[in-house]
Amino acid sequence: MNMVNLRAIYSIWLRDIIRYRRDRSRLISSVAQPALFLFVFGTGLSQGLAIQGGLGGGNNYITFIYPGIIGMTILFTSIFSAISIVWDREFGFFKEVMVAPISRAAVAIGKAVGGSTVAMLQGIIILFFAPLIGVSLSIPQLFLVLPLMFLIAFALTSLGIVVAARMATMEGFQMVMNFLVMPLFLLSGAMFPITKLPGWLKGLTIIDPLTYGVDALRIIMLGPKAGAYSLVSDLTIVTVFGAAMIVLAVFMFKGTE
Amino acid sequence: MVIIEANKISKVFNGATAVDKVEFKVDKGEIFGFLGPNGAGKTTTINILCTLLKPTQGVAILNGFDVVKEPDRVRASIGIVFQDPSLDERLTAWENLNFHALIYNISKELRKERIQQVLEMIELWPRRNDIVRTFSGGMKRRLEIGRGLLHFPKVLFLDEPTLGLDPQTRNYIWDYIHQLKRREKITIFMTTHYMEEAENCDRIAIIDHGKIIALDTPAKLKNLVGGDVITLTTNDNKAAAKEISGRYGLEVQTETGHLVFEIANGEKFLPEFIGRMQEPVTSISVRRPTLEDVFLKLTGRKIREESGSAMEGMRAKMRAMRRR
Repeated sequence: MNMVNLRAIYSIWLRDIIRYRRDRSRLISSVAQPALFLFVFGTGLSQGLAIQGGLGGGNNYITFIYPGIIGMTILFTSIFSAISIVWDREFGFFKEVMVAPISRAAVAIGKAVGGSTVAMLQGIIILFFAPLIGVSLSIPQLFLVLPLMFLIAFALTSLGIVVAARMATMEGFQMVMNFLVMPLFLLSGAMFPITKLPGWLKGLTIIDPLTYGVDALRIIMLGPKAGAYSLVSDLTIVTVFGAAMIVLAVFMFKGTE
Repeated sequence: MVIIEANKISKVFNGATAVDKVEFKVDKGEIFGFLGPNGAGKTTTINILCTLLKPTQGVAILNGFDVVKEPDRVRASIGIVFQDPSLDERLTAWENLNFHALIYNISKELRKERIQQVLEMIELWPRRNDIVRTFSGGMKRRLEIGRGLLHFPKVLFLDEPTLGLDPQTRNYIWDYIHQLKRREKITIFMTTHYMEEAENCDRIAIIDHGKIIALDTPAKLKNLVGGDVITLTTNDNKAAAKEISGRYGLEVQTETGHLVFEIANGEKFLPEFIGRMQEPVTSISVRRPTLEDVFLKLTGRKIREESGSAMEGMRAKMRAMRRR
């Protein structure tokens, strides 16, 4: 990476940040959806089912899904940020980037870094709910959660770029929501424990990369007993997946004319 | 000095030839125009020259660099204003230019100064902190032209720079183009299907069905038409046409109730002509030939005839909406 391409990555990142800061409606709606899940769904279900023991670490349901909701927020924002490439293509801005004397790799990486920063910021907003849920986070915990959120966001944004690289129109967006985002979310164990599932469902959760992201968040925020796997294996899998996705995203971008 | 050289470039899309062995040279500092109907291959040629498309055959050299072998060097040498809008409408004018300056690697010291210089030239400095979405079509176009110039390119490509703009704004944009040619000593390569606009070029290539059918200065192209164009009406056009072709040996064309023919030194010819006509002339005019006449002469068609398809209309509408 030479100076030219570093500057290009920075400029693409900066554009995403400026647009995010300016888009108030996105900010509000991005808080509303997780809040609904957390307080309405979470409270309702924890009252209805007096789940005991199965959640690990003796947490109640709303505390249990809290890291999952952070994972969900990161997932939705990451994929949405990546899909904005398709908007750029439709509204012509993409051409401005494609005729610039910068490498295609810089374009893909800039987009991945920009999208993940925005997703991390969204995750941070959800962190402010912690006192309301009754979760207290120490400073060291926060220092672990922030980079973890960025790592998860980076992996998912890169995945989104791989999908968006060959999408010609926004018509495919609904497909992405139904066949990528919703399965990734529901199979990640964000809303239920994955340790005591029937075999077919367990198998599906294992191939969902977000499973390990949510699990790592849970371990750091709620303690090692709350996790289904070990923190080391979670981090390894998310990192390897993220690295594979960004390499693939760069590769896909090189092929676009 | 030659700055662009296209050597028999062709582009075939799924068996259809969009550009067919096109060959031309553009000199440094000139305004070079590609004139032709929609679908003639103008944008495809531009896309090849600015490295967005690879030619199926042929070689193109820009500022000394091969567009296929050294795309990054070519990209650094050119600025482009696309046919369709390509600004980020959610950013301010200044932010759009700053983005451009960053991806074109303009040094930090130079960046601020150059952005201000360009914004002042396109008269958008007072609006620099406004969101582009609030701009009029002409303002957006000016901003795009300014952006294309920001990184001191050697060649500025303008693909239908005034499409979808009203005539007044169109003249305005042309003032800017002439101004920047003087100030920045830049080569301009443009496409258009507006005849009047092509007159602004130093040299014009007329392109039809992917081939260049004529290439010269506007004045010399117009010499291809045999002198001035005379348009007249009479009570009996048929008899008059017969009389004219009989007496002068000229080819007379009938166009929606008018007779049209070409003659050298039209003004001197008129008084004698009217005096000798047996069929009384009810109205007559003489005008210098336009590029439209040249195109008609070369292809037997008018240039706009093919541009009215439903798809085109839709696209133009969409464009107009976005330009607002």
